[in-house]
Amino acid sequence: MEALVNQLFAGLSLGSVLLLAALGLALTFGQMGVINMAHGEFIMAGAYTAYVVQGAISDAGVSLFVSIPLGFLVGGLMGVALEATLLRRMYHRPLDTLLVTWGVALILQQLARDIFGAPNVEVRAPGWLSGSVDLGVTQVPSARLFILALSIAAVVGLGVVLRTTPLGRRIRGVVQNRDLAETVGISTRSTDRLTFFIGSGLAGVAGVALTLLGSTGPTLGTNYIVDAFLVVVAGGIGQIKGSVIAAFALGVLQAAFEYSTTASIAKVLVFVVIVVFLQIRPQGIFSVRTRSLV
Amino acid sequence: MSAIPARLKGNTGVLLGFVVGALALLVLAPAVLSDFRLSLLGRFVCYAIVAVGIGLAWGRGGMLTLGQGVFFGLGAYVMAMHMKLDDAGPGGVPDFMQLYGSGEVPGWWEPFRSPVVTLVSVIAIPALVALVLGTAIFRRRVRGAYFAILSQALAAAFAILLIGQQATIGGTNGLNGFRSFFGFNLFDPVNKRMLFYLAAVTLLVVLLIVWQLYRSRYGELLVAVRDQEERVRFLGYDPATVKTVAYVLAAAMAGVAGALFVPIVGIISPANVGVVPSIAFLIGVAIGGRTTLFGPALGAIAVAWAQTTFSESFPSFWTYFQGALFVFVVAFLPGGLASVGGLLRRRKAIEPAPVVAKEGAPA
Amino acid sequence: MNADYLELSDVRVSFDGFLAVDGVSMTVLQGDLRFLIGPNGAGKTTLVDAITGLAPATGSVRFGRTELLGRKVHRIARLGIGRTFQTASVFEELTVLQNLDIAAGAGRGPLTLLRARSAVPDAVAEALETVGLSARRDEKAGVLAHGQKQWLEIGMLLVQNSRVLLLDEPVAGMSGEEREQTGELLRRVGAERTVVVVEHDMDFMRTFADSVTVLHAGKVLSEGTVAQVQADEGVQEVYLGEAATRKALAAVAEQEGE
Repeated sequence: MEALVNQLFAGLSLGSVLLLAALGLALTFGQMGVINMAHGEFIMAGAYTAYVVQGAISDAGVSLFVSIPLGFLVGGLMGVALEATLLRRMYHRPLDTLLVTWGVALILQQLARDIFGAPNVEVRAPGWLSGSVDLGVTQVPSARLFILALSIAAVVGLGVVLRTTPLGRRIRGVVQNRDLAETVGISTRSTDRLTFFIGSGLAGVAGVALTLLGSTGPTLGTNYIVDAFLVVVAGGIGQIKGSVIAAFALGVLQAAFEYSTTASIAKVLVFVVIVVFLQIRPQGIFSVRTRSLV
Repeated sequence: MSAIPARLKGNTGVLLGFVVGALALLVLAPAVLSDFRLSLLGRFVCYAIVAVGIGLAWGRGGMLTLGQGVFFGLGAYVMAMHMKLDDAGPGGVPDFMQLYGSGEVPGWWEPFRSPVVTLVSVIAIPALVALVLGTAIFRRRVRGAYFAILSQALAAAFAILLIGQQATIGGTNGLNGFRSFFGFNLFDPVNKRMLFYLAAVTLLVVLLIVWQLYRSRYGELLVAVRDQEERVRFLGYDPATVKTVAYVLAAAMAGVAGALFVPIVGIISPANVGVVPSIAFLIGVAIGGRTTLFGPALGAIAVAWAQTTFSESFPSFWTYFQGALFVFVVAFLPGGLASVGGLLRRRKAIEPAPVVAKEGAPA
Repeated sequence: MNADYLELSDVRVSFDGFLAVDGVSMTVLQGDLRFLIGPNGAGKTTLVDAITGLAPATGSVRFGRTELLGRKVHRIARLGIGRTFQTASVFEELTVLQNLDIAAGAGRGPLTLLRARSAVPDAVAEALETVGLSARRDEKAGVLAHGQKQWLEIGMLLVQNSRVLLLDEPVAGMSGEEREQTGELLRRVGAERTVVVVEHDMDFMRTFADSVTVLHAGKVLSEGTVAQVQADEGVQEVYLGEAATRKALAAVAEQEGE
């Protein structure tokens, strides 16, 4: 029983990390069709933000809560800069955005290496996050529980923004029918930019959260970007809930496979499961039906 | 103007390209380059072979394959396993296994003691993996970004799998320290030169194969599938088959390149096959012109040459430069350097088009 | 040779519970130039999608004695069912000749495919002549005028050896002269084939249709000759309820005068 709960929690915890990394992608890839490989580097930027903030504010608890909004801002601004300079002119060839943003990712990684040095840096977790919480059946690390809560908060927050605010309605309008949205007077240009801001900002938040789990290095983002994209692909485009389910499902699967085999074989098995899953549902868990041929 | 002279003219250009390429690789390079440089060029030629395959799959077929490192790696590891077993002698155990493993050769290594099995597997294993994956993915109409991401995930999974298997496949260290290649001593400079010739001839052969494909009806069909997959379906073709053929060929080419890479470079490790090297294969293709015949190979050689020249003395500069290349070429010059001349010509050609648009009503 | 015919019975297509096509039955005979009209959202294109295997449907679509429903798109195409799209979809990077050659080649074996084309196939040369694009054979399809692209598409159906031609708004965006030529072309090729034309252009329909089926809200509202359909009160109502064209308004005036 305890082993089972432990495994389940390990899976959910992994899922919540994946979800934080993938949530912004679900917006920018799922909804705008841009494949932003630099998303991983926005995560990395968020992590370094936490590192810099902790250099200024020594109290680990305060610096964490300052870092989260600041990480959002840093990631978001980097995203807007990328959108405005390069991606704007490339919406009609989404595949090429992948390579362009990969180039941007290389540059950002090297920048981080030149600014912060190649060795990893550490961000101290606040005292109340370094212990464990007793859930009755088992003990779980507080930091992981915090990230789980943070990811749920991010999903709920994003859901509220999309559902209730005028901006959210505009985003959903543009997603469902870009041309129509444009003809009814929605500025797709500024909507795209805001979508990118939010999506990239979420990457920054993910980066801050990751500092609680391990050290921060220039290649931090690369470790997560592939899995994050897999989550979006498996979840299906156009809807956030697909990504949520996919993230937790992949997390639990990975943990379960790891338990019965090894971490590396588990990775391969998860890949196989996704390919098989796409045989059954090529559009992912959820998809927005359209009439277009593509 | 009738089409025949145009076609002839096109062919002379290509044939000339082959002659120049053959002279440069087989006569000029061995004459002027030191053994060390020649071996380096041999490595670049291996990358070029991968690039030709990517040109076929991505440039002509529209499949952005970010996982060619997997097929490269499969070919390379098969060859490396054979060479390791060969070095160990009949019934012998490769050195690293004695160090990290149980001291016994795993059963799945045994077939690669045979040179014939190895040579067949170098092509067949990557091709088979691509066939299974391609059939599964393309038949369910998974394409575009989805395909790109899946192929990238495959590369990630493959590298992680290799890293995890220290005892049986060398883990992070990979396989290295080879002494002979099918009985030829690898420390003998003459044999190293022969390896270069082998790689160069292979590149030329691969280019010839791809040239024939591009000229053929299949090549036209592949472009049609790239641009309008659904339309092709309504003409009675199954686009999945068309795409799978190109994907499998590209995989086989990568496999052959990997198999040549191992004796030339002397090592294969997960660092050569993962996400990063897989995507790095693309930049040369993009620069040279993804839809052209010679562009991908030339681009790959040029990029690899630049990387070797700059990355050692200015590692930081090289990474910035490589990143900037991706951004600049793909965003602003999607046709690659090969398109620069064409862009100027097309600008002139577009003008008169509307004038002739009226003629030619149904008879 | 027996005449071909396309027979639909009780065809239904549903998208997430919404019935886009709701029990359509109709029969189109060879040599009968059938027009399929109806207001926007009537299910015309969806019906064509269902016949060609793009949209999953229930009921039955038979071409002669062959059931089409449940087959894959490219299998249906090989059985001789060809279609065009609202937006001309030719292969813009390829020449006119290459476009037609691909359309003609679904039955080619691997060895033929792996060789370059040595001569223009007879069927392709004939189709080039029929659709009037012989002179532009070696030009890229992308530079053709809009109307010419549509003709090229029809030419592709001809070399594809389609027995059934399903054309989705073939004259949309064409000039008057081009429409005329397209109509003549359809009459010529339609004599020995089964042709269904989805169209919004009423003038075009009146000039060239042998028979008309009117769809509304996924159902067949009326079927018959142009005159019969035009006299149908239900049809008039539907068209008045939608867009008030001048002709329709005139019809209102007449009705009120009675």
